[in-house]
Amino acid sequence: MTQPPKHDPDYNYGYLDEATKRMLRRSLLKAIAIPGYQVPFASREMPLARGWGTGGIQITAAIIGPDDTLKAIDQGADDTTNAVSIRRFFARVTGVATTEETTKASLIQTRHRIPEEPLRDGQILVYQVPLPEPLRKLIPSESETRKIHAWAEYGPIYVRLYEDIAQYGEVTSTYSHPILVNDRYIASPTPIPKFDNPKMHMSPALQLFGAGREKRLYAIPPYTKVKSLDFEDYPFTLQRWDEPCALCGSTTSYLDEVIINDANERMFVCSDTHYCETRRGEGHEGPQLTKAQSVHLTGSAP
Amino acid sequence: MIEQAPLLRVQNVTRLYGGRVGCRDTSFNLWPGEVLGVVGESGSGKTTLLRSLAGFEPPDEGTIHFRRGEKDHDIYALDEANRRAMMRTEWGMVHQNPRDGLRLDVSAGGNIGESLMARGDRHYGKMRARVTDWLQRVEIDSSRIDDSPKSFSGGMQQRLQIARVLVAEPRLVFMDEPTGGLDVSVQARLLDLLRVLVRDLHLAAIIVTHDLAVARLLTDRLIVMKDGHIIEEGLTDQILDDPHHAYTQLLTSAVLSA
Amino acid sequence: MYLAVKGGEAAIAATHQLLAETRRGDLTVPEVTVAQIKEQMALLVARVMNEGALYDEDLAALALKQAQGDVIEAAFLLRAYRTTLPRLGSSEPLDTTVMAIRRRISATFKDLPGGQVLGSTYDYTHRLFDFALTGSDNETEAVAAPEALDDVMPRVLDILGDEGLIEREAPLGRDATPEDITRDATTFPAGRAARLQSLSRGDEGFLLGLAYSVQRGYGHNHPFAGEIRVGEIRVCLTPEELGFDIDIGDITITECQMITQFTGSKEVPPQFTRGYGLVFGHNERKAMSMAVVDRALKGTELGETPTYPAQQQEFVLYHCDNVEAAGFLEHLKLPHYVDFQGELELVRRMRTEQSASTKVETP
Repeated sequence: MTQPPKHDPDYNYGYLDEATKRMLRRSLLKAIAIPGYQVPFASREMPLARGWGTGGIQITAAIIGPDDTLKAIDQGADDTTNAVSIRRFFARVTGVATTEETTKASLIQTRHRIPEEPLRDGQILVYQVPLPEPLRKLIPSESETRKIHAWAEYGPIYVRLYEDIAQYGEVTSTYSHPILVNDRYIASPTPIPKFDNPKMHMSPALQLFGAGREKRLYAIPPYTKVKSLDFEDYPFTLQRWDEPCALCGSTTSYLDEVIINDANERMFVCSDTHYCETRRGEGHEGPQLTKAQSVHLTGSAP
Repeated sequence: MIEQAPLLRVQNVTRLYGGRVGCRDTSFNLWPGEVLGVVGESGSGKTTLLRSLAGFEPPDEGTIHFRRGEKDHDIYALDEANRRAMMRTEWGMVHQNPRDGLRLDVSAGGNIGESLMARGDRHYGKMRARVTDWLQRVEIDSSRIDDSPKSFSGGMQQRLQIARVLVAEPRLVFMDEPTGGLDVSVQARLLDLLRVLVRDLHLAAIIVTHDLAVARLLTDRLIVMKDGHIIEEGLTDQILDDPHHAYTQLLTSAVLSA
Repeated sequence: MYLAVKGGEAAIAATHQLLAETRRGDLTVPEVTVAQIKEQMALLVARVMNEGALYDEDLAALALKQAQGDVIEAAFLLRAYRTTLPRLGSSEPLDTTVMAIRRRISATFKDLPGGQVLGSTYDYTHRLFDFALTGSDNETEAVAAPEALDDVMPRVLDILGDEGLIEREAPLGRDATPEDITRDATTFPAGRAARLQSLSRGDEGFLLGLAYSVQRGYGHNHPFAGEIRVGEIRVCLTPEELGFDIDIGDITITECQMITQFTGSKEVPPQFTRGYGLVFGHNERKAMSMAVVDRALKGTELGETPTYPAQQQEFVLYHCDNVEAAGFLEHLKLPHYVDFQGELELVRRMRTEQSASTKVETP
């Protein structure tokens, strides 16, 4: 854990003014009260671009406090450009402690993944959401989709699953697989791989979702039922890999494919970089760890 | 075969559009299992009336009651959620242009299946069986189940639309010129099919048409409309064989001379 | 070879340094000042203020310098700053009949009370290069008008309104709080105020294209430029605790009112309808585009069926914001390894299964 300097005095704590934070908190309370329902909110401009996590950043800005420890990940990794940028932003405007350790974080802002380490009571997972409307690809009009949610007329979204099975013999979604929250609202899990969907079900952590450009918030309170859409005779399934993580040997984590040389040789490694490092620290070794060290896949940049 | 209470009660319905009269002060009843034809030339307000009856556009005046169970529901006094639920489960609409009633980017099977999924079916295999059965009932080769309706002829698209509506087991079907835009030989086959389906399923139907041959073949009772008014109504054979109103006489003679 | 799974922090810091160096350019060329941009690139500054939704010429000029002249990036800087400002209140409605006119023209009347005032414009210039501008000695003094302009200039559409020829527009009551799209998420159908606000900060190029599509027939209306006026106007605020209004400064604005024919409906006799555009600074093209699109978006209220893009509220309002659009488009540069991995795995597996089944079928 690193201790950054106190917050930049040129900006209000958390960047946003207090009235805006109160507006966000009210919207969040509504979202938590109606799990899976998309609450319109007056999304503010942020110094990071739309589509780069402004929804998640606004949520974090509204709920972060001096006692928090923040972890920011993008694609499961703490060290990709956008995660670095968001972590630095909050270090600057709040001065909170940041960490890469999932267990030590009280607040985790994420894009496209849920950490492998199971979350616990009291933690908050903030998702950055590009397109909050799970029906948008079928029905372009917002007025129409809001009615469909209001009346739970969810026939059209099952048509997508039906078409997949009819054409390919299986449901072909690999990420953004829609979820039914608390038996009522269909919601988008954001583009997390469907591998992560089961982690949302009855999670002890509070899950908050922010779509800045689309100006919508939604939430899954702790211990809420989350069902991935499927048919009775075609139950929801997860993707699997034939090999373990090349670095830490994990057989249960989501793996990214990495091309390691010009000969197109590749290896599969944990997408959750901190989880992978922790396992290696504990002495776990993947089949290609030695080889990976020779191409700088495991250490710091030269 | 006709039960005690009417299925649909239309009372003093007036519907204006674009400064013109769609229909004025229109009243009639429809009984369970009855097929009612609405005839009149283009622009006489038939389609406007049908859209109001089917829940799409409220009338400017008057009421429309639909009987479900022991209770008559004023469909425009219901909130939108309840009205939509009734539109989904109690009645269906067959559009003149099948493209208005189908999803062209979804397979034929998906189009029929959507009606089942909309009412909560969640078993792929069982749905698939019902969809296959319905394709056969509307005389579409079941090997076409996964094909896009875009590759279907106009007649096939219309039969697919009918299957999509009827699979939901409605008690009432609205049809707007269901054979319009089809070749004469295709029309005949479709009419035959509709006649059989309506009879076998004991459906009530309201069919808007300007084609008296369609009316004679499918309907039990007729309403003749002119300038937004009902000018004549009665049993179909009676009206077509012995029209009283001058306008009806003109309509029937136009058919005879054609 | 792919190396940098780690090392993001250092790499990002280095790009920031490189950006600063690139921005400055050749050190033998003098550095442009913010004041120069503000004074000599005023039309560009106006565009940035509009799309950045903040009237501040100095900050807009600084934003342009910092963004190397990238308009959307500059507008983004203004917006990101604007969002940190507390909202103290709403100004009183602007009365544009009493603005200090710099330019005022009507395309519908040859002469009118107050006259046609041509002002400063490129409209009547030949687009030929003025190579004198490659030098630095360009001082010209304009000729003063023989007499001062009228203090009050009636708006052309008000003149038509007195005859009842143009649709009435009911002003909000004095105590009514205007909608504010930066404080409430827009819901659909969107009210006129929300629409006008979105258009006013919308992308000039996008609105121009939409307005053009209306003119070419994708929108069923033929607009006339009833009036365009440019000038300075006083902005006043009435603080609750004072109870009277105070002058908080002058801003330059461009206002455009378009006139479009309307054939009437069952309730309304034939009359003209209006489209309204109001933007910061001198920017006639934007104000005109806005007015044409505003009229197109009123279609539903006038009983027209929205058929074309310019008439569809959700299409126009969701997509006219260039800062949002640019952010989302450019987010495609962010890593998508995880989602792509899912697709890759699926395609491979399905290909494997397909080739396996083909083998079985072919003996």
